[in-house]
Amino acid sequence: MFYREAGDFKTSYEEDSQTFPIKFDRYRYYFVLAFAFAVVPFVINDYWVNAIFMPFLIYSIAAIGLNILVGYCGQVSLGTGGFMAVGAYAVYKLMTAFPEVNIIFHVIAAGGITAIVGVLFGLPSLRIKGFYLAVATLAAQFFLVWLFNRVPWFYNHSASGQINAPERTVFGVEVTGPNTEAWATYLFCLVFTLICAILARNLTRGVQGRKWMAIRDMDIAAEIIGVDPLRAKLSAFAVSSFFVGIAGALFFAVYLGAVEVGEAFGINKSFLVLFMVIIGGLGSIFGSFAGAAFLVLLPVLLKNTLVGGLGWPTDLASHLEFMIVGALIIAFLIAEPHGLAQLWRVAKEKLRLWPFPH
Amino acid sequence: MLDASDEGYVTEDGRRIGGVLMEMKNITLRFGGVKAITDISFDIREGEIRAIIGPNGAGKSSMLNVISGFYVPQEGEVWYKGAKRPPMKPYQVAQLGIARTFQNIALFEGMTVLDNVMTGRLNYMKTNMFQQALWKGKAEAEEVENREFVEKIIDFLEIQSIRKTPVARLPYGLKKRVELARALAAEPSLLLLDEPMAGMNVEEKEDMSRFILDVNDEFGTTIALIEHDMGVVMDLSDRVVVMDYGKKIGDGTPDDIRSNQAVIDAYLGVAHD
Repeated sequence: MFYREAGDFKTSYEEDSQTFPIKFDRYRYYFVLAFAFAVVPFVINDYWVNAIFMPFLIYSIAAIGLNILVGYCGQVSLGTGGFMAVGAYAVYKLMTAFPEVNIIFHVIAAGGITAIVGVLFGLPSLRIKGFYLAVATLAAQFFLVWLFNRVPWFYNHSASGQINAPERTVFGVEVTGPNTEAWATYLFCLVFTLICAILARNLTRGVQGRKWMAIRDMDIAAEIIGVDPLRAKLSAFAVSSFFVGIAGALFFAVYLGAVEVGEAFGINKSFLVLFMVIIGGLGSIFGSFAGAAFLVLLPVLLKNTLVGGLGWPTDLASHLEFMIVGALIIAFLIAEPHGLAQLWRVAKEKLRLWPFPH
Repeated sequence: MLDASDEGYVTEDGRRIGGVLMEMKNITLRFGGVKAITDISFDIREGEIRAIIGPNGAGKSSMLNVISGFYVPQEGEVWYKGAKRPPMKPYQVAQLGIARTFQNIALFEGMTVLDNVMTGRLNYMKTNMFQQALWKGKAEAEEVENREFVEKIIDFLEIQSIRKTPVARLPYGLKKRVELARALAAEPSLLLLDEPMAGMNVEEKEDMSRFILDVNDEFGTTIALIEHDMGVVMDLSDRVVVMDYGKKIGDGTPDDIRSNQAVIDAYLGVAHD
């Protein structure tokens, strides 16, 4: 009723292979974009941007990155936190070493550096699979955090061992440092998120995405039709780490401003992003957004209802929050293992006919 | 009968069979102490349908795996298009234009039929990752160009209606057809079919036989197939290799094979009197 594809004919393969083949979907996408760019920046304040929008946008990039590796290429990784740390420290070193270069290039370069590190740690994937690979990537997580803690060069020998983002501007507007405006940091992250999502979508719908999915679904058959498993797996690690590195760079430079590596990029971060990908839906770009939104919004929502609404003590509420999030994750995995993206697909199927039975 | 000169021969129904496309010379394959294939030689000519038959465990699938690069034989040489083929990885063999299907379907279950068949075009898609990330321009043009070819294959095998269906939802017979489509999308010069009719009912077998003959006829594709259904093999193939316990016990036209005493013994057993 609300949602139909009847009468929406395609006359070329270009039209058929576009991202939103159904008119209704396409217009909704444009509407969301217009809203995000033209309305949100004018009404946003510091609380909204720090509690919801910025973590959502940045985690979305990280989830897209991890989804390419886990959801599309089938290589499990528990090293996301470590790779985000690489992005953060890379952007820090670049910002302090080349202060005259625009931060946009620093963030992109940080992604590139993380891609190289990702390929290095992806090498074991050529020999091992599944759980064993997960453990190998866990080594990356611990090694990288240890490295950034122990080698003073990475934090410019600062006494605290922390890294602090210096003030940088884009078109004369500050986006990092202590004196930023809510709308500026929001727009900065939004542009990165949008571009990353479009790039990821283009890569996954074309020949590269098919190579990754072929490796995921059946590596022997993939090889027999001409996929070089070495290049397919390493390219997935590279692309995935590139996005994760950008997320790490933004997380440090724009969102937190000051970072202590063990705290910000520990194993918890790896699990958080992995949960986002699983809850959102493996092998779906939309799922990455949905998972990030779910796990960013849920704690905020619970805190507001429990502390703000019911007047519980903060510490009790935060303990309870852990339990509820944990229980929800388990419930989710049992009820819908394919994640929010699948729920969304099912809802759309139903809406095509609703309220008529046939 | 066979005119085995190097220029090939003409079949009874008038199809022109060319020179030797692939030649196996004295192939021996061992797994530890077990000899799977013992000193087998045969050739496959351009444009012909070549069957490999034999009882269970005769080494037919091993032979196919040698051709497609999964196994490297301990002894013997594989000659392809007039040159000796060095040991290579399966994906390199695919790039030489050899495609295959599997005995127990090896499709990508998480992808749609269209995507599965499109994977067959991988070797023709040359844009790099940066061009694909931008999509507009080269990557899209390449995608459309290959899509057009894939749609021809989809039409040919009559699977238009399931284009966008995830493969996991399809019944067995259709999966077999999609797998054939994927192999055909690669425009192979040699197509290997490992039991294309296993587990099918008579109707599906007839469909599949028709597709195999059509493929050979329309695209001129050379086909090597393993099959257990004798009726099908004898009807389809131009020449047959018979294997038993890793050895070649017969090689020739279906008529030759039918009257070959060693083959009859292998299939029916030998009377001990």
